[in-house]
Amino acid sequence: MTVIGWIQILLYCAIVVALVKPLGWYMTRVFSGERTPLTPILRPVEAGLYWIGGVDEKREQHWLTYTVAMLLFHVGGFLIIYGLMRLQALLPFNPAGQSAVAQDLSFNTAMSFITNTNWQNYGGESTLSYLTQMLGLTPQNFLSAATGIALAVALIRGFSRSSMRTIGNFWVDVTRCTLYVLLPICIVYTLFLVWQGMPQTLGAYVEATTLEGAKQTIAVGPVASQVAIKMLGTNGGGFFNANASHPFENPTALSNLVQMISIFALGAALTNVFGRMVGNQRQGWAILAVMGVLFLSGVAVTYWAEANGTSTLSALGLSGGNMEGKEVRFGIVASSLFAVITTAASCGAVNAMHDSFTALGGMIPLLNIQLGEIIVGGVGAGMYGMLLFVVLAIFVAGLMVGRTPEFVGKKIEAREVKMAMLAILILPLMILGWTAVAVVFPPAVASMANAGPHGFTEVLYAFTSATGNNGSAFGGLTGNTFFYNLTLASSMFVGRFFMIVPAMALAGSLAAKKSIPPSAGTLPTTGGLFVGLVVGVILIIGGLTFFPALALGPIVEHLAMNANTLF
Amino acid sequence: MLREIRPAILILLLLTAITGLAYPLAMTAIAGAIFPKQAQGSLIEKDGKVIGSALIGQEFKEDKYFHGRPSATLAPDPADPTKTVSAPYNAASSGGSNLGPTSKALADRIKEDFAKLKTENPAAPVPVDLVTTSGSGLDPDISPEGALFQVPRVAKARNLPDARVRELVVEHTQGRMAGLLGEPRVNVLALNLALDEISK
Repeated sequence: MTVIGWIQILLYCAIVVALVKPLGWYMTRVFSGERTPLTPILRPVEAGLYWIGGVDEKREQHWLTYTVAMLLFHVGGFLIIYGLMRLQALLPFNPAGQSAVAQDLSFNTAMSFITNTNWQNYGGESTLSYLTQMLGLTPQNFLSAATGIALAVALIRGFSRSSMRTIGNFWVDVTRCTLYVLLPICIVYTLFLVWQGMPQTLGAYVEATTLEGAKQTIAVGPVASQVAIKMLGTNGGGFFNANASHPFENPTALSNLVQMISIFALGAALTNVFGRMVGNQRQGWAILAVMGVLFLSGVAVTYWAEANGTSTLSALGLSGGNMEGKEVRFGIVASSLFAVITTAASCGAVNAMHDSFTALGGMIPLLNIQLGEIIVGGVGAGMYGMLLFVVLAIFVAGLMVGRTPEFVGKKIEAREVKMAMLAILILPLMILGWTAVAVVFPPAVASMANAGPHGFTEVLYAFTSATGNNGSAFGGLTGNTFFYNLTLASSMFVGRFFMIVPAMALAGSLAAKKSIPPSAGTLPTTGGLFVGLVVGVILIIGGLTFFPALALGPIVEHLAMNANTLF
Repeated sequence: MLREIRPAILILLLLTAITGLAYPLAMTAIAGAIFPKQAQGSLIEKDGKVIGSALIGQEFKEDKYFHGRPSATLAPDPADPTKTVSAPYNAASSGGSNLGPTSKALADRIKEDFAKLKTENPAAPVPVDLVTTSGSGLDPDISPEGALFQVPRVAKARNLPDARVRELVVEHTQGRMAGLLGEPRVNVLALNLALDEISK
């Protein structure tokens, strides 16, 4: 670890924190239906969409209607991607002549993109046509992100409203998020990325003759427009197989910094939206502090482990850290930082291959996802995930002092705690359940690229990433098989929607409650005690649930590496 | 609930058209006008022919060129399309080795490459980037140490004084951005082009 490395890390954190208030202010206005600087340009488009779509923007929805609207919206999104992948050979914008994608892979990919996972069982440049990337994947990058943010805002409304039956209108929330938040940022962002060297063309792959006279086919495409929303919407599905480690998908140290910022920007700002909507911005900062503590601890471990390298490298006297799977322009620090950010949020883009990380360096990304991606988290999903843990932490605190727990003026009672627990228990069910099946099913075992504990970690990581809707991978695992295409798709589906439904039920029941003013017996929820309590609950739940699995994978691998055992 | 079906179809189609057609096509047109070079892939032409991209590494095997990092990219086996074979710097199918820290295959590969480099230049310590594959398999850069390590071989193959080649490496070393971001590096293709230029 170096001083300049830590300065890069702190600079990153400072920029993210500096963006929280302005973005929080802007998003609060957008979701409260207030006027914004972009209203004069965008309002006619917005009104036109409602008119054609038959949406009455004044009519709010009950939580159940809101949820059903969200689910219906995804059925269509699924069909569009699946259809495009199956038919791409017959459709335009296919200069590389990609053929139709197999049924199971199309199913997996469609599920992957509607759930904001963007798990890649396909190699972008070798499988998909430009049309599939543009018209199939890019819209779902926008819409799954907009959905996540809409749901988080709906849950926040649950906390901020008093005695109301409705939590907002899904169509309005999604449309406003797409038009006012995501699209304007992406337009500027795309141009920045192209300036840095990212291609944006519909032209065919380039045939080059190298200096030594060999042929090199260079894949290009409309990369920048997709990468902008891929990062901003914490989607993570790369245009290219190698994702953000590909020089076209992340050309410079500056593009790397901005990409990392864009992963956290909206998620971090949502804590401020929460604070503003419940009328106490300090509450938002307290939640961001919980995230910050967990984040910096993770960065420290991964950075240390990667800078230390592996026993193979040190036996040969090679210094400079574990550079296998990392790019020279990013080096150890920017690769480690990116890995922790992308898994703390549910982004899943990678600028280095997690499969080649050291055992402990790769364990932090895994653990980040297993904790529920609540460290900033996916846009929206992180916020509602974190609020579920807050409900639980407040409940535990209530038990300790023997009073009915309250949070921002809402009594937390049996129904709320049940819903929070239900949502939280979905993660281990899918992750541990499917991992257990996969490691005793011979065709699934055959997909492992590495032997020994590392192979186990590959499988554990796959189901963790799918269930957490992250999408990063220990990429050695051959995921494009019938077994993994279907089981991972089921993990993505359950991990996304079975968490959303209880979260929306919670929103509905909170909105219906009266707000009560704080009294002398109310636990203060903006100070260090609260931060410590929530961090504790997150680590205890995550630790107790996943420690045995981690012990079998990365922990035993670390011990093996130190004993110079190879597999 | 039935009244949600109409927006579920129409709002989806409209937003898909805006974000999936209007947005990428408009960005392609605008980016192509403002940054035509980058938008096409930062291609480098020599005598009217494309010789590569400034951002994409390419394979160098000859002694007279600086070599990039090992690359783990693959290509379909011409004999059997269900299998893959090693194809370094395949820019149509990016990817890393995905071998883990306790992988015997990785350890063997590193030891082999290490031994080769040691015979080439026994005096200098082997830089780690020359024995590890990158994440994309297309890394255009090597570390300044990785370039300096190869100076004796390249100078000998070209009958140039070591000092002249070393000078060229230093000229082509890019520092951290603003002295802070990223890592110092040398673009291999740019360096080799400059090398061809001075040996003319």
